[in-house]
Amino acid sequence: MGKSVCVIAEFRGGDFRRVSYEVASEGRRIADVLGSNLCAIAVGSGVSAKAADLGAYGVDKVYAADDPSLEYYVADTYVPVIADIVKKLDPAVVILPASVDGKDLGARLAARLDASLAQDCIQISVDGGAIKAKRPIFAGKALAWCQWEGSSLPIISCRPNVLDCLAPTDKKAEVEKADAAVPAARAKIVGLDLDTSGKVELTEAGVIVSGGRGMKGPEGFPMLEELAKLLGGAVGASRSAVDAGWRPHADQVGQTGKVVNPNLYIAVGISGAIQHLAGMGSSKYVVAINKDAEAPIFAKSDLGVIEDLFDFIPALTEEVKKMKSAS
Amino acid sequence: MNIVVLLKQTPDTESVIRIAGDNKSVVTDDLKWVLNPYDEYAVEVALRLKEKHGGTVAVLSWGPNRVVEAMRTALAMGADTGVLIDDPALEGADILGVAKALAAATKELNPDIVLCGSRAVDYDLAQRGATVAEFLGWPHIALAVSLESDGSKVTAQRPIEGGTLTIESTLPALVTIGGSQAIWNPRYASLPGIMKAKKKPLAMKKLSDLGLNASECGAQAIKMRMATLEMPPQRAAGRIVDGPDTASKAKEVVRELHEKVKVI
Repeated sequence: MGKSVCVIAEFRGGDFRRVSYEVASEGRRIADVLGSNLCAIAVGSGVSAKAADLGAYGVDKVYAADDPSLEYYVADTYVPVIADIVKKLDPAVVILPASVDGKDLGARLAARLDASLAQDCIQISVDGGAIKAKRPIFAGKALAWCQWEGSSLPIISCRPNVLDCLAPTDKKAEVEKADAAVPAARAKIVGLDLDTSGKVELTEAGVIVSGGRGMKGPEGFPMLEELAKLLGGAVGASRSAVDAGWRPHADQVGQTGKVVNPNLYIAVGISGAIQHLAGMGSSKYVVAINKDAEAPIFAKSDLGVIEDLFDFIPALTEEVKKMKSAS
Repeated sequence: MNIVVLLKQTPDTESVIRIAGDNKSVVTDDLKWVLNPYDEYAVEVALRLKEKHGGTVAVLSWGPNRVVEAMRTALAMGADTGVLIDDPALEGADILGVAKALAAATKELNPDIVLCGSRAVDYDLAQRGATVAEFLGWPHIALAVSLESDGSKVTAQRPIEGGTLTIESTLPALVTIGGSQAIWNPRYASLPGIMKAKKKPLAMKKLSDLGLNASECGAQAIKMRMATLEMPPQRAAGRIVDGPDTASKAKEVVRELHEKVKVI
């Protein structure tokens, strides 16, 4: 059996984040192709109690670094702990989530290990025994297949919401406690403001309702909030809506905002500037609502509605309610 | 407070990207080059720190001579000096190689804080800041949407999924800037600023000036390459919903979402 495949699971608030299961599932697929074991590195406060659960997604063995000082990711504590475990494991490939923390961890970890990171990948494959990974460049205007030279260690972060999760089994993974000597952090967390409203994060949302310049102001957005909530989704915004101060920057979808890939993207009053299209182009199904029949967004949509959004959104919301109460 | 801002010149975000004949690179002939927007925010943050604490703002970049234009933009905004690592050996280098060169040039400038964009809008690596910080052996804070410093430490807010963290670091430190145009409102270069920028010192460096050579950070040192590029799959032309009135169109959209997308 060759070198193992290694995934890094993200643990927060007492549980693994869903993207951890996505990378574990992808790791399992790669391990099966290579005929190797799948191990996981799990870091967090209280993580050892949950570590065995990763077995449900194909992990054979988990190295758990459990320490109260590891409750949240900071590079100063996570990077040395994880780098030590990776060095000991000497894996064939390291796969981690391209979450906010994962992207930062991957970058600093790669530099420490003198290895190359392919960031925010959407596909991994094995070609003649060699790992390759596909990632969007120019916010998805093009895609690049990355390949590693000679014996250098591939580190791959995977974009949330893209890779399929395996159906969980009742298998438990073997857990080994990693002796984590956690160094003191120079950059440390001094404040936490966690949103407990249960709002869905844009990059992880299955449905996104986005508003643009056509919203004419912040007043119309509660209407989109209501529709998004009915659909179990999140509200996004175009750059012009954010630049105008109608929505927070965290909601911005596009090349200078977030790149999203929901199952359903509803573009409301968004004309479809190229920098916006780059941010939502990989959505699985796109509905555009715009009163301008010439809006470029229609060419990038599966379904287009030429209507005044202030008339149409309430009507759509009404129909969604009817459908939901009927089913 | 001595501040260094790491800059990259990138194609404008309105650019249409085409793949070159080699299938490994993009066509650059007709691109409009700009200062990477996130790096522009970093310049703004640096200028605000200088206004508060005094000191200097040096901008540091790498690449061919065309990058001078992006550096002049930052100088026109108010940065004091520039260093451009213009060495053909860096062509085809990977982020590890570029970061080694940037770290070496940063050390010579001996700053209290280094700022840069959280990512560049071309290859979206989101690795430059963390990698340079690692090579400097410094702490870093990524994706700042606010930044304050009293001269001995730096405090920044970092949005994560479902919340915002406030992170404090000792100096020297590197901070990468996230957020958006609306958060930072980077200042425009004034006409006098543009005139002055032409006279501001801009030093050109080779790898050898930094005590480095091509075999450790040039193209032959790369560990990963973009083997092939491809265009994303094109969405088949969609359909415009037809109907006598708003309500019937809404009904049709919901039917489609229910039957095809299965979200309702």
